[in-house]
Amino acid sequence: MSASPGTLLADGLRRLRLDPWLLALLLVLIGFGSLVLYSAGEQSMALVWRQWVRLALGMAVMLFVAQLPPRLLKAWAPALFAAALLMLVAVVFFGVGRGAQRWLDLGLLRFQPSEAMKLALPLALAALLQGKPLPPDWRTVVLAAGLIALPVGLIVIQPDLGTAVLVGMSGACVLFLAGLRWRLIFGLGGVLAAAAPLIWLNLHEYQRDRIRTFIDPESAPLGEGWNIIQSKIAVGSGGLSGKGWLEGSQSHLEFLPEPHTDFIFAVLAEEFGFIGVAAVLALFAAIILRGMFLASQCRDTFGRLLAGAMVFMFFVYLAVNVGMVSGALPVVGVPLPLVSYGGTSAVTLLAGFGLVMGLYSRRRFMG
Amino acid sequence: MISNARSAGMGDSRMALNQVSRRFHVLVVFMLIVIALLGLRLALLQLGDHEQYAAQADDNRISLRALPPNRGLILDRRSRVLAENRPAYRLVIVPERAEDLEDTLARLADLVPVSEDERRRFEQQSERSRPFESIPLKSNLDDREVARLATHRHRLPGVDIEPYLTRHYPHGELFAHLVGYVGRIDTRDRERLEADRYRASTHVGKTGIERQYETQLHGSAGFERVETNAQGRVLRVLERTDPAPGQNLQLNIDLDLQRAAYGALGDYAGAVVVLEVETGKVRALVSKPGFDPNLFVHGISHANYNRLLEHHQRPLFNRVLSGGYEPGSTIKPFIALAGLQAGVITPDTEVFSTGQFRLPGHSRTYGDWKRGGHGRVDLELALAESVNAYFYRLAVELGIDAISRELALFGLGRAAGLDLPGENSGILPTRSWKRATFNQAWFPGETVITGIGQGFIVVTPIQLAHATAALAGRGHTAEPSLVGQREPVRMVRHDDAYWQAVHEGMEAVVHGPSGTARAIAPQLNVRMAGKTGTAQVFGRPDESEGIEEREQDELPEFLRNHALFTGFAPSEEPRLVVTVVAEHGGGGASVAAPIAATVMNAALAVGL
Repeated sequence: MSASPGTLLADGLRRLRLDPWLLALLLVLIGFGSLVLYSAGEQSMALVWRQWVRLALGMAVMLFVAQLPPRLLKAWAPALFAAALLMLVAVVFFGVGRGAQRWLDLGLLRFQPSEAMKLALPLALAALLQGKPLPPDWRTVVLAAGLIALPVGLIVIQPDLGTAVLVGMSGACVLFLAGLRWRLIFGLGGVLAAAAPLIWLNLHEYQRDRIRTFIDPESAPLGEGWNIIQSKIAVGSGGLSGKGWLEGSQSHLEFLPEPHTDFIFAVLAEEFGFIGVAAVLALFAAIILRGMFLASQCRDTFGRLLAGAMVFMFFVYLAVNVGMVSGALPVVGVPLPLVSYGGTSAVTLLAGFGLVMGLYSRRRFMG
Repeated sequence: MISNARSAGMGDSRMALNQVSRRFHVLVVFMLIVIALLGLRLALLQLGDHEQYAAQADDNRISLRALPPNRGLILDRRSRVLAENRPAYRLVIVPERAEDLEDTLARLADLVPVSEDERRRFEQQSERSRPFESIPLKSNLDDREVARLATHRHRLPGVDIEPYLTRHYPHGELFAHLVGYVGRIDTRDRERLEADRYRASTHVGKTGIERQYETQLHGSAGFERVETNAQGRVLRVLERTDPAPGQNLQLNIDLDLQRAAYGALGDYAGAVVVLEVETGKVRALVSKPGFDPNLFVHGISHANYNRLLEHHQRPLFNRVLSGGYEPGSTIKPFIALAGLQAGVITPDTEVFSTGQFRLPGHSRTYGDWKRGGHGRVDLELALAESVNAYFYRLAVELGIDAISRELALFGLGRAAGLDLPGENSGILPTRSWKRATFNQAWFPGETVITGIGQGFIVVTPIQLAHATAALAGRGHTAEPSLVGQREPVRMVRHDDAYWQAVHEGMEAVVHGPSGTARAIAPQLNVRMAGKTGTAQVFGRPDESEGIEEREQDELPEFLRNHALFTGFAPSEEPRLVVTVVAEHGGGGASVAAPIAATVMNAALAVGL
């Protein structure tokens, strides 16, 4: 029986432990994202090429991660977590960066340990919970909560609120999927709400400003509020069908801040209108659904928890970024996954999808 | 299933796997709901509030840029230019493009002199402007400076030479008080000006015609709708409404006559007014000394301003409108008319001048300027020789009330209504005025000296000219006007014979054998009627004319009396009025009358 080229390609990808559907969806997103990036980056093809190089690197990492056997991952999980945590501690003392200390200068390259923690924390938690009776008992929950709180705390003091939220959420997601009791979830929520004033007092002034301007952007129309106001104007003025590719006045006349990085979704909304927005949201939803399907098919709880957390992290990126651009959330420096210009998050996210695909590929004995 | 069996074998219970599956469902539903909510949020922004945000995006993108209108020209009656807009060049700097602003300024200082004031203004304005806007450092560059800058411009990034229009007064001091000048708009101006029309303007009329007719001269700003980026840099022009230029303004003034009048005053500080009797049109209006109004256009330097303030002849003072002088004997024709009207005298009434006049029951004597007196004089001779005794007696018999009533008819005591800002109304003394001002009763002696235009009475040159025009027109004239013409009115109603008698007396001043101004008769190209006068600066009020002029010459200049002359020509059919005040001239007959004759001849020469 002669197979069609499409089937041959799909089989080839499966042999590489990659999921053709998820990969196709990601490539569609990247393709459309490149169009928007070209517009947002002042039509610089060089910028797009630089992004493609990063994405290619990310794809390579994804392919590599997909090959890692789950047993190896489980075995290495504690060590990886410990290493990431140590580096976060090192950042506190030797870190570099403007305004906030987020980077380790390793001579040849600079490394952001908090990025590694986005993978290491869910890995460690999944390894911790696997094999234990679920829902987890209170000892396990306390231990897991400690594992979450340590890195999150270290990242908050850098300070990097966006990454802290992402790392915290990915860890919490593992606990949630493991069946953390609802009363505990609501209880924790209550404690957090009660602690809100305490958190406020410990925030940095620029973080408080962001929350203040989120609540009332008009209070600082030329300062911090500018970003929110201009972003909402860009989005709102796009209307149903948008102003057309390369035609967004907010984006191209420099009203919109960071149009090619954090606020790229506003460029999309301005130029492609609600039709474009709905299409992209649908694409994200499809990626998330496919990802969750793959995760749910993994062989054991370790795989499911880890893969589920990876997809959820992708979702958190999306929700925080779109929420910020549309003025529904405070300005937190979180990029639109796989669309915003920048390499760090793209590599992390693609590595996460590599984990999902690799774990899914081992859902049953092969050969 | 194999996998389940296998995983159970690895330590995962079926229960645990089920637990995770249930949570997967919850999480998927949660994520889908959040994505749907985000979609809803975006739909509200993009569909619900689209119009509002679209308008805001346009507001962002499009801004209005104001364009300054060209100011109207000011022309004399023959359309010769008195105020124009001259192309000039200014040195501007775009701070954003200057690599090192301090260094650029230092290097510029070697090429063109930049004053402290200019430097300070530049710094103030650059604080208020955006970095890509060009800010003027020095305006009105001269040719050599432009040439020097042009050669060195390539070494001075961000420096540019920009053309613009600047107000220029080609006749300088000749029209300083009349045309006035424009100056930079200041905070006080901003309050009274219509913001829309002045959006792009830097200058506004500060004095004279420039201020009085600001509305017509200025015009209205135009607008350009331009697309800008977030820094405000203009990317393209979308739409343009041209500014409405100001209207040209034609004055009744004759440039040649003005120049002749200014010259005729010689070195005296003073005022000359030439009016057309029938229409009230002002043909010359001189306040001397003047100053160069061009100095004020670009902001006068402290040194120059102080020089003007400290000049002993006070060049900034507009004598025509604000100078208050005793009319002296120039008041006598008006007193005579009051006497004729009241029936106190007739043209033939004679008075004997002994050289001394005394009120019954008083010891104080009032003199005549001619030692020993003029003898027996009728009205004509009393005017011709300016006999004080005649008018002392007439004033006493009339009383102050009748005198003030008559003088009020001729417009004394109130502004003449000239279309220039800042007119002084002079002083017309009455019983009630004195009560209000000094809380004192009116004394009879004060009536005596009012009869010869001394004491409390104060007139401005324009008032005296206007009153003379009413006298020349036998009661008819119009308010004086520099632009257009006011409605002619009958200000005073008298029997024609009375007008005739006074006109004849005034003609005898110039053409009579013993007239005080008879010396000017030979040089006049027309028969002229008039009256000399001397305003007291120092000394006894009644000894100030004629013979005493020789003594006046020996006084230091600032103590000498002011010389006055007001008259009209031709005497039979009066067409023009000339009024002259020469400060510290000494005597009206010897100084003011010859000036008036020169001006009158000049008026005839220019066809008036």
